[in-house]
Amino acid sequence: MSTKQFFRSPWRVLGFIVLVILMLMWLVPFFSALMTAVRTNEDIMRRGFWALPNEITLENFRVAWDRGNLKRYIPNSFIITIPALVGTLFLSSLSAYALARFRFKGNRFILFLYVGGMMLPFQVLMMPVFRLTDALGLYNTHLGIILFHTAFQLGFCTFLLRNYMRTVPNEILEAARIDGCSEFRIWWQIMMPLTVPALAALATLEFTWIFNDYLWAIVLLQDDNLKPVTAGLATLQGQYVMDWTVIVAGALIATVPTVILFIFLQRYFIEGLTLGATK
Amino acid sequence: MGKDISMRALKRTRALPGGGKFSWYKLGNTLTPYLFLLIPLILYLIWVIGPMLYTFYLSLTRWDGMTPPVFYSANPLRNYQRLFRDPVFAISLRNNLRWMISFITIPVVMGLALAMALNRSLPGAKFIKASFYSPMVLSLVVCGLIWSWMYHPARGLINEVLRFLTNNPNLTIGWLSDSQLVMWAIIAVAVWRQVGYVMVLYLAGLQGIDPGLIDATKVDGANGWQTFRHVIFPLLGPVTVIVVVISIIDSLRAFDLVSVMTRGGPYNSSSVLANYMYIQAFNNYRMGYSSAIAVVLFLISLVFIFIYLWHILQDELEY
Repeated sequence: MSTKQFFRSPWRVLGFIVLVILMLMWLVPFFSALMTAVRTNEDIMRRGFWALPNEITLENFRVAWDRGNLKRYIPNSFIITIPALVGTLFLSSLSAYALARFRFKGNRFILFLYVGGMMLPFQVLMMPVFRLTDALGLYNTHLGIILFHTAFQLGFCTFLLRNYMRTVPNEILEAARIDGCSEFRIWWQIMMPLTVPALAALATLEFTWIFNDYLWAIVLLQDDNLKPVTAGLATLQGQYVMDWTVIVAGALIATVPTVILFIFLQRYFIEGLTLGATK
Repeated sequence: MGKDISMRALKRTRALPGGGKFSWYKLGNTLTPYLFLLIPLILYLIWVIGPMLYTFYLSLTRWDGMTPPVFYSANPLRNYQRLFRDPVFAISLRNNLRWMISFITIPVVMGLALAMALNRSLPGAKFIKASFYSPMVLSLVVCGLIWSWMYHPARGLINEVLRFLTNNPNLTIGWLSDSQLVMWAIIAVAVWRQVGYVMVLYLAGLQGIDPGLIDATKVDGANGWQTFRHVIFPLLGPVTVIVVVISIIDSLRAFDLVSVMTRGGPYNSSSVLANYMYIQAFNNYRMGYSSAIAVVLFLISLVFIFIYLWHILQDELEY
């Protein structure tokens, strides 16, 4: 149906208007944050939200970045997210290959362990994981939180990759086997290249999840200099209690990496979400 | 089925060199899947499955986080007995329930409605969709902070708009300081973030429906609502199951927003289980008690995890 045909019915025009209004309402928080971050706190507090700002300033962003220490928190987020992401994708592609392509004792059970774990409200693991990192001497280190993220995300990634790998036609792998190719070579040289679309979708999604994690950052890290940006923002909030313009500016800075990712890899992000839930 | 045949073919080709006798080759063959699983599975057992089980033990101990946990040998269930008399635990449970009910109604209905509306070529459909799921990209911490500011009694956007609409310049609703409102105010943020997610899942589900089927019902004279009610919605059944289970699990995971926006206050009125757990553990150093809360949370979620697993098992049996 063309656009012109579609709008021939007045009900559809009305429906479309309602949809657009709803969409605008959905964007209001972004609008509110942007409007706030470029003004001075004094201006907004004295003259109100709707008053035309006396001046447009980027000072809040500077304060949040510099004194608010986001210059430290943002790199920390990457230091935690990138290795955890690479680790979990690599390891889950191994376990997914085993679960997708071999029939062996415990296959189904192991799959269910992964799927069950992926659905777990992870807060349940808070105390034991805290104790474990402490016992391993990994409390308050990046390595500890990287290991935990790597391990916890294995559930979702394995499940998703396994389902994807099952859709690869067997003949391709079979041909390689008959040629005497070792299983590890088949996995690396044949399966992995075929799994790239799923890996891309998964990487986008997992990056966002790990980057946005808050709970484990506050449970496993104590030192302010090690904190990722989510935990850092909570510190910032405590520091600038009344200074909403700085807090909101900091929050906006924190969204930049995931928003950039989303803009460029939106398709993969959505694919990942739907793959995970509906297969 | 195809897999069966190929696996047999595989065994046949592999079995040739060693014949019926023991061979390293055959042993290697049976070991291969376990070798693939070795490292990931060990990591998973150490960091996820092991801790999950260990929570049960910790819930029977007194543990301050500094000294080792002490098992309550006289009365192992002591933490639980206290828990069920704890009014804050009851509040948290009730708030989780509110969260859950809100989550399986509002975002599901809205997400489905949006998916139905956007599952056709509308002008700007891409941008409209992106607007609805954009909140999902933000961390909950960022959402919490931005909304805390919108809820600000004096200068927040919401009260400013209400002041304008009601023409009452003195209106100051304390969205996050009124114990009657606070929980709903936080749930609203979570709903704002969830709608786009549900919409995406339903859109994917709608892609899987054969358009010919819908045309056929139209030819049979069904109107839009009848088509939806009797054809589309039943076909979306599996998606709905997934959506509802994911929504319930997400509502049990509620933590970040509460922690950032109110820390459970005022007077614990916005406490949820995960947040209460955190506060007991890291502010009050009652980590054994906190573990008991974790066990309750785990047991509640177990029901839904099993529903999900069962759902997946059904798909598996179709192979």
